[in-house]
Amino acid sequence: MTDNFEPTIIGFTCNWCSYRAADLAGTARMKYAPNVRLIRMMCSGRLDPTFVLRALSNGADGVMITGCHPGECHYLEQNYKALRRYLLLQRVLKGLGIEPGRVKLVWASAAEGARFASETTLFVEEIRKLGPLNWGKPIEELESLQEEISKLEEVPA
Amino acid sequence: MSEKKQERVGVYVCHCGSNIAGTVDVEGLTKWSEEKLKHQGVIVARDYKFMCSSLGQELIEKDIKELGLTRVVVAACSPHLHEKTFRTAAKNAGLNPYLCELASIREQVSWVHTDKAVATEKAKAVVAGAVSRVIENVPLEEIKVPINPNTLVVGGGIAGIQAALEIANAGLHVYLVEREPSIGGHMAQFDKTFPTLDCSACILTPRMVEAGTHPNITLLTWSEVVNVAGYVGSFNVTIKKKARFVKEDLCTGCGICEEKCPKKVIDEVFEAGLGYRKAVYTPFAQAVPKFPVMDKENCTYFIKGTCKACEKFCPTGAIDFNQQDELINIEVGNIILATGYDLFDARRVSNYGYGRLPNVFTSLEFERLSNAAGPTNGEIVLRDGKTTPKSVGIIHCVGSRDKNFNNYCSVICCMQGLKFAHLVHERTGATVYNFYIDMRTAYKAYDEFYQRVLEEGTLFVRGKVAEVTNAARYEHEKGKLIIQTEDTLAGKQRRIPVDMVILSSGLQPRYDAKEVGKMFGISCSTDGWFTEKHPKLDPVATMTEGIYIAGCAQGPKDIPSSVAQGAAASARVLNKILQKEVALEPIKASVDQDLCSGCRICNGLCPFNAISFLEDRMVTEINPALCQGCGTCVAACPAGAIHGTGFSDEQIMAQIDGLLFRNLQPVEA
Repeated sequence: MTDNFEPTIIGFTCNWCSYRAADLAGTARMKYAPNVRLIRMMCSGRLDPTFVLRALSNGADGVMITGCHPGECHYLEQNYKALRRYLLLQRVLKGLGIEPGRVKLVWASAAEGARFASETTLFVEEIRKLGPLNWGKPIEELESLQEEISKLEEVPA
Repeated sequence: MSEKKQERVGVYVCHCGSNIAGTVDVEGLTKWSEEKLKHQGVIVARDYKFMCSSLGQELIEKDIKELGLTRVVVAACSPHLHEKTFRTAAKNAGLNPYLCELASIREQVSWVHTDKAVATEKAKAVVAGAVSRVIENVPLEEIKVPINPNTLVVGGGIAGIQAALEIANAGLHVYLVEREPSIGGHMAQFDKTFPTLDCSACILTPRMVEAGTHPNITLLTWSEVVNVAGYVGSFNVTIKKKARFVKEDLCTGCGICEEKCPKKVIDEVFEAGLGYRKAVYTPFAQAVPKFPVMDKENCTYFIKGTCKACEKFCPTGAIDFNQQDELINIEVGNIILATGYDLFDARRVSNYGYGRLPNVFTSLEFERLSNAAGPTNGEIVLRDGKTTPKSVGIIHCVGSRDKNFNNYCSVICCMQGLKFAHLVHERTGATVYNFYIDMRTAYKAYDEFYQRVLEEGTLFVRGKVAEVTNAARYEHEKGKLIIQTEDTLAGKQRRIPVDMVILSSGLQPRYDAKEVGKMFGISCSTDGWFTEKHPKLDPVATMTEGIYIAGCAQGPKDIPSSVAQGAAASARVLNKILQKEVALEPIKASVDQDLCSGCRICNGLCPFNAISFLEDRMVTEINPALCQGCGTCVAACPAGAIHGTGFSDEQIMAQIDGLLFRNLQPVEA
């Protein structure tokens, strides 16, 4: 199953830098992994950590948070607040039993289309290695999964 | 939520010729949207070759009117390109423009992926996300603010002067602020300008005088901007006018104080350390304004408490030792930053010996040396002040196109090196060598100048110089500077002894460009230059409305380009002023004071001071005029009391669900 696993990833982008980097990657026809679906916000500082949890609990296998490089924030310093929240969120994720590697913070300026593309592809590979999250899957699905697992256990080694 | 009235959504999928249709199954996507997103309220989905064409827009407008659409999703290119087009179309059909969303299936899907099935699947997710989001959109009204017709220009170099004059000549008021005692910038220090060899002062000083005497220009030299508040249309700027210790209303600029001042100081700024000035001085004869400034650090009176020679001899009593720095507050609608560049410090390339070997000069030093008004009256001599060099080596790309220093090309150094070669040849008859990596002489009449210098007999060696040394290996090298270089055309190493070396240093951002950018709310590129809104189509605007950039502050450039940018920035400002008011995106945060618990978590988060705490009612308030709409406080409020328009929690949560196909089934009651 993991061989064909295609992760689903939600990417939060800043209107001023990383969203434009994604635009630039497009204009320059740079190819990258198709697993990331982007949401535009005005600033990485807008990122409410519950957005990340909502994404993970609703089927995303990973979340990419992108913002302006330190010192380059369009709103002066709000990306530092995103960084603070990200670090706290990492601890919360551990507490919830989720690999911290499923949520990644990437800085990409509006000029860094190539960086955006390569970082995206890299993150998809990282998540592919971690496997599907299956967090917040409806109970019925988990039950059927449990059944499958118990079937596997019945097979003598 | 369940009470919510069902919206009537229209989805419009653009082929963009084959740009989207080549990689995404647009018909399939349209059909899927109509079927699978029906329960979300999608009542119509259409595809069209070019949605942005007038026929495409009419299609949407017609549906809004005839089908009574309450929401529109256009799956096409990036919102940064056509959001305005489609929102205007919605508006024309009577729908609030903010009820129309763009789903970027070109930049984010068709252009970056190759597999049609995969791309189509992602496009479906992007459209589903946009549909879920648009349902949560609320009608918004643009915020109109009046534009103050006054403009601030920061930096009195040629770009700033040009910008100020253009606006002033249009009949509007300009504040021109310059950090140094006089306007003129780097151009005032140059001797000749390439490729025409116009005398720099001869073409610059008339502009300086015009700016200095213009009734619409308030000139503030020896002054710096210390604070900027507000937003496009109404900036409130605080300027520190440093004490000159000279009363401007009494001073006639006669120069007696400078003549009588007994203290000589090495002039590190204007004369690049080659000449002297007095403790009370005007940097050069044609300085604008004519008033001198007193250098407190070096003035004998300020050090020892006696002297006051200047005061004694001043015929109008203009000297005032008690003058204090002054803070001036001004209101402006737009700001142009033309803060220029710093010369790359050639000491950093230690193998070229600048600062260690006396006869290695920087380009700015050579400019002063060759300037008729300079410390040697235009005589090109060695550091001893008398010997004329018989051979001169000019090294290009010092600090530029070099991984150890700056990766970028500084644009002007090739032409500058050629100009130096011509001047040395003309004035001394010395043998001139130019050491270059590539000869870059683009732009009008530049290459012709290169041909001319070639014909004059200047020798060109292609290769990066490894070292400049005074360690002679052979008899003929004794007492000379030896340039050790690779000659890539001859394919061998060469040692060329010369009397004088000129380093054609590159340009770099002002040492304080980052802080200045921060103060004005604009960003710098990784190299440190101010970032323009668009590298091709909007080179003088910035991401911050009302702040424009011109000249070398935006990147290395020559005089014609600086002048063009100064004029371009002023055209943008005039355009804003003539509109009388500007529409701001209604993306703002606001506090529901019934929900606010007064915890103050948000209070320290706003860099624009838009958040204030009402002590009497123990609640927080956000000033919409100062709010820039970043949404950081919205995300931070633990009570959910702060609402952010345009990017509300509901909109983002819905978009997350949509992107994950969570909304494909109707929610069971």
